Amino acid sequence: MRCAILGSGNIGTDLMMKLMKGTDASGSGSTPLELVALVGIDPKSDGLARARKLGIDGPHEGPDWILEHAGEIDMVFDATSAYVHKAQAQNYEDAGIIAVDLTPAAIGPKVIAAVNLTEHLDAPNVNMVTCGGQATTPMVYAVRRAVSDLPYAEMVSTVSSRSAGPGTRQNIDEFTKTTSTALREIGGASTSKAIIILNPAEPPIMMRNTVFAGLPEGTDHDAVLESIYQMEADVQKYVPGYRLKNPPVIEEGPYDTPGGVVPHRAVVLLQVEGAGDYLPPYAGNLDIMTAAAQRIGEAIAQHRATSKAGV
Amino acid sequence: MTTTDYRLIDSTLRDGSHAISHQYYTDDVVRIVKGLDNAGVQVIEIAHGDGIGGSSFNYGFSAVPEKELIARACEVTTNAKIACLLLPGIGLADDLREVKELGVEVARIAVHCTEADITEQHIKVAKSLGMEAIGFLMMAHMNSPEGLVEQARLLQSYGADTIYIADSAGAMTVDDVRRRVNALVENIEVPIGVHAHNNLSMAVANSIAAYEEGARNLDGTSAGLGAGAGNCPTEILAAVSTKYGIETGVDPLALMDLAEEVVRPLMPRQQVIDRAGLILGYAGVYGSFLLHAERAAERYGVPQSEILLELGRRQVVGGQEDMIIDVALELAAKHAAAETGEDSA
Repeated sequence: MRCAILGSGNIGTDLMMKLMKGTDASGSGSTPLELVALVGIDPKSDGLARARKLGIDGPHEGPDWILEHAGEIDMVFDATSAYVHKAQAQNYEDAGIIAVDLTPAAIGPKVIAAVNLTEHLDAPNVNMVTCGGQATTPMVYAVRRAVSDLPYAEMVSTVSSRSAGPGTRQNIDEFTKTTSTALREIGGASTSKAIIILNPAEPPIMMRNTVFAGLPEGTDHDAVLESIYQMEADVQKYVPGYRLKNPPVIEEGPYDTPGGVVPHRAVVLLQVEGAGDYLPPYAGNLDIMTAAAQRIGEAIAQHRATSKAGV
Repeated sequence: MTTTDYRLIDSTLRDGSHAISHQYYTDDVVRIVKGLDNAGVQVIEIAHGDGIGGSSFNYGFSAVPEKELIARACEVTTNAKIACLLLPGIGLADDLREVKELGVEVARIAVHCTEADITEQHIKVAKSLGMEAIGFLMMAHMNSPEGLVEQARLLQSYGADTIYIADSAGAMTVDDVRRRVNALVENIEVPIGVHAHNNLSMAVANSIAAYEEGARNLDGTSAGLGAGAGNCPTEILAAVSTKYGIETGVDPLALMDLAEEVVRPLMPRQQVIDRAGLILGYAGVYGSFLLHAERAAERYGVPQSEILLELGRRQVVGGQEDMIIDVALELAAKHAAAETGEDSA
């Protein structure tokens, strides 16, 4: 499947480096995605220079370029900003281009690679939530499947200042809102909250994510912990640097959460080390997003190829 | 209204919330707002300690939804304006619209002192709602005077009416404050403010020094109630200002009554500079980590001071309370390994 990446910032460039390797998201097969261009708006951007060096197109005409080349592109990975994506989403659909949306615009159904990868393979537009959402929703889901009810879940994401580009900085409310929604819709929590912190420490810190989950009376704590370890292994299949920084713990409350009083909470302390494809390994927030985007793009490509073959 | 030499913003009902683990009730709010308002305090800040939307596992759940408390504060005040604090990443611009409806006139948008560019959305929303917008640079000891000027220029460009630096770790000396305030007053057009903490016993001295360098907004809390070893006590700041001949427009005796009769009885403990409080200032650690670290120390059987020192080494910033659990677990594992002789280091 022919694809283009729109947005030549940190995320778009990192995704390009991944797709240009030729291997699929698991690293074990070849990718069905054929990258034709990295499209930006600044002709002098580092990302576009790298694209040309790698031998693919690096135009700077933004979304217009994508629409003008609709006949040559089947899929666009949009790594611009929520505002740009909202303005263009309908145009991509009208042009018959599948959109994998890496902004928090949240127009299409949300997909978390480790949880609902195959749920929306026919949608014209899928949303990748946020980097923090890709990192933490799997753990909320892991707790949810081990309890009778998950009244409240919360995530705290800390990223190094250097890895947070202008898109993230201008969209910080969209980040927390979209992530929080994913914790409910895909993670299965009844109520939720998302928090993001930027940390300027030098050398830059690795991306950190913490999940807190309120555990109702009668929860089998061992089952919760077991489910969390299983999910760690599942996410590692496409993000090798994803790991529990410390063993998950169950802390005794009670806690008066927005979803009601719970006797205990689970605390899951995660770290995401990037593969270092574009920015150094501290920028795990880019990796979890781009690795998930690749996995989802590949799942869609394979599904469409199979459907076509079947006709 | 009389002209005053600086504007006093009291944060008992916001920063003070940390020290009581966000357990304010409506009656407390009514009595404190009335006391501050009667004493002539110009602005009263109220919110969860970590700003609007701070009620969470990470920072502690509020006993009463903060918007109920804010609504009550707005009803009770006569002259004092009501302010809210909001940290982008924790609270939302939508929250500003809600509190504006309740009667809040001043929005303080707080951000780590190197990350001002995440406040643009929120400052602009506050301005579009007709609120006064105050840009609030936290942990100001972690940035140079020049660096703070650069960040303040951003806040000013988004429309901030006033710009504060906050010594959130109570880590600054008088000289640190003077150099930073001086640089800001020289280079920034809008009025400058200082929010001081008392971990090094410098809060009042730092506030007066800030005034002398040209700061025209100062923060305090009644009886110093607040994160870490506490804030600049409003009643002491008012009394000392009077001694200096600085016109505050507030009645120090009325503030002393409020501190003694209303606020001290609410306090689970008095604000003293004990070992943990001093370590915060000494190691430059965010003040609101204090009680969270105390609880984690107890839960995991590791010394609170070790947790705080490690947080300082890791350069964690305000809002990263989850790292307290992370550090406590790692220290506990290290201690356990050392006990069983498995620690090869």
